[in-house]
Amino acid sequence: MNYSILIYGEDSAFDRLPEAEQQSVMRGHHALQEALAKRGLFATAKLMPSTSAVTINTIAEPGQDALVTDGPFAETKERFLGFYSAQFKDLEEAIHYASYLASPYARIEVRPIGWAGGVLAPEN
Amino acid sequence: MQGSRSARSAGPVVFWHRRIKISAWLEVRFAESRPRALAALTRQFRDVDLAEEAFADACVRALRAWSERGVPDNPLAWLLTTARNAGIDRLRKAGRALADGTEAESALYEDEMIERIDQDGLRDDVLRLLFICCHPSLNRKDQLALALKIVAGLSVTEIARAFLIKPRTMEQRLTRAKRTVAANPVPFETPDLLERGRRLNEVSLMIYILFNEGWSTSAAETQMRLPLCEEAIRLARLLLDLFPGMAEQMSLLALLLIQHSRREARMDAEGNLVPLDDQDRETWDWPMIEEAAVLMQKAARHIPPGPMQLQAAIAMEHGRARRRDETDWARIETLYAALAAQQPTPIVRLNHAAAVAETSGPGTALAMLEPLAGPLVSYRWYHAMRASLLADLDRPDEARAAYQAALDLDPTGPEAKVLRAKITECEENSARLSGNRM
Repeated sequence: MNYSILIYGEDSAFDRLPEAEQQSVMRGHHALQEALAKRGLFATAKLMPSTSAVTINTIAEPGQDALVTDGPFAETKERFLGFYSAQFKDLEEAIHYASYLASPYARIEVRPIGWAGGVLAPEN
Repeated sequence: MQGSRSARSAGPVVFWHRRIKISAWLEVRFAESRPRALAALTRQFRDVDLAEEAFADACVRALRAWSERGVPDNPLAWLLTTARNAGIDRLRKAGRALADGTEAESALYEDEMIERIDQDGLRDDVLRLLFICCHPSLNRKDQLALALKIVAGLSVTEIARAFLIKPRTMEQRLTRAKRTVAANPVPFETPDLLERGRRLNEVSLMIYILFNEGWSTSAAETQMRLPLCEEAIRLARLLLDLFPGMAEQMSLLALLLIQHSRREARMDAEGNLVPLDDQDRETWDWPMIEEAAVLMQKAARHIPPGPMQLQAAIAMEHGRARRRDETDWARIETLYAALAAQQPTPIVRLNHAAAVAETSGPGTALAMLEPLAGPLVSYRWYHAMRASLLADLDRPDEARAAYQAALDLDPTGPEAKVLRAKITECEENSARLSGNRM
C-alpha cells in the first residue's frame, strides 16, 4: 500500500539550529532517501515557509469565485513542512522508515494514501 | 545499514533526550516562543524587565521539567503559565501588586485559555512589543538594540558585537533605553485599524533599517554583523506570520530575502565590494529569490502597491536576471517613477535618475540630478553617481572632481578603494583626451 510520511514542525526552527544539529537532521533525510531509492519509486517535497502560502476558501455554489486569503489555512503552532510517499508492505514497515526522520524538531505522521496519481517534478 | 534504528523506539519524544544534545533543541524552542511569550507577559505585567526575568525563569524550569517528563504538547502555553507564576512570585517577594489588579490565582492559565489568547490578542501583543522598541524618544540604534534584546532575545554581548561597541556600553544604552520606554508607556488597549497600520509601518521600517545595519561593507565586519540581517528576516517573517494579509509586510520580507540572497556574491575573497553587475549570479541564493518572488506575487494581488512593494519589485527586477544584460531597465525605471510619486525623497529621485541613465542615457539622468545638489550635498552616493554619469559623457575632469567629493565624505574602506580606482581612471582618460586634442 502507498503511505505518506508527513512532517510537522515549527516553520523556522530548522534555520535556527546550529550547523551540527542541522546536519544531524539532514542525515536522517538522506538515509531515508537512499533507502527508499533502493526500494523503488518514491516522492518527496519540502515546502516553503507557510508565510508564502495562500488559501483558497470554500465556495457555497459551483462557479462562484473563491475568496483567496493569505497565509496557511490553519493557524497552528506546528506547520506542515513536507512529505514523503512510498509503497510499504504494511504499517510496521512504514513506521520503520518514517522513524529515520524522528528528531526533536518535527512530528512525523504516517498515513496511508487512499489514492495517488501524477508525479512530482524531478529534483532541481 | 539502519538496523540499529528500531522502528519501535520511535515512541514518545522523551526518548530523544538520551541521544541528542538537548540544549540546541531547547534553545530553538525558547527562541521560537520568545516573541509571543514576552509579548503576552509584557501585557500582563506592564513591565518589560519583569517579563524578561519571568520568561528566563520559565526557561530554566523547562530545562529540568522537559528533560524529566518530556516536552508538553503546547510548549508555548507551558512556558507562559510557568512564566506568569514566576513573575507573580517575583512581584510577591518584592511586595508589589500585579499591575492590572488581577488576583494571582486567576493568572494560572489553562491551556485552553492560552489557545484563545493565541487567536485573539497575541498578534497585537507582539506588534505592541515591537512597537515599544520603536519608541519615538529613542534614537534609531537604540531602537534596534532594544528589539534585538527584548524580542529576538540576543545577549548584550551579541548585540554589542554586532554594533561594534563594548558590551558595557551596550548594557548602559539598553538600560537607559528601557527607562525611557517605561517612562512613557505605549497604551495597552487593542489598537484600532488606523493605529495598527501605523504600528505595522513603524515596525516594518525598523526591521528594514535593522537589516541595512547588518548589511555592512567590510569583510571584517560581515561576520559580526550578518546576524543582524538574519534577525531582521526572522522578525519580518514573524510579522507576516501574525498579519498574513498585509502586502507591505510580504514585500518587506521579499525585499530582505532578495538582498540577503546576494550575501555570498557581494564581496570578493580580498574583501572588495563586487558591484551587482559583476557578481557571480551562480552564487546567489536562488531558492531565497524564488521565495521572494512568490511573496511578491502574493503582494501583487493586493492593490494599490505600497512603497515597500515597489522597492521589492525593483530589487526583484535586479535579482531575477540570470545575466546582467537581461535586466529590464525600462520596467525598473517605471517602478522608480511610481515610487518617486509616492515618496519623492531626494534619495528615491537619485535612484530614479540611475534607472533613467540606463533607459535614456547619462545626459538626461545628469539633468535630473541638478535639483538634488542641495539636499544631497553631503551624500556620497550622489557625488559618486554624478561622477559616473560625467565619466560616461566623456567629461573626466568634472567626473574626477565629483569622485573626489565622494571620497571626502568618509566612505568605508572598500568604497574608498573603488573611488580611488575611479579617480585614477578619470585622470588617465583626461590625459588621453588632451593627448587626442594635441
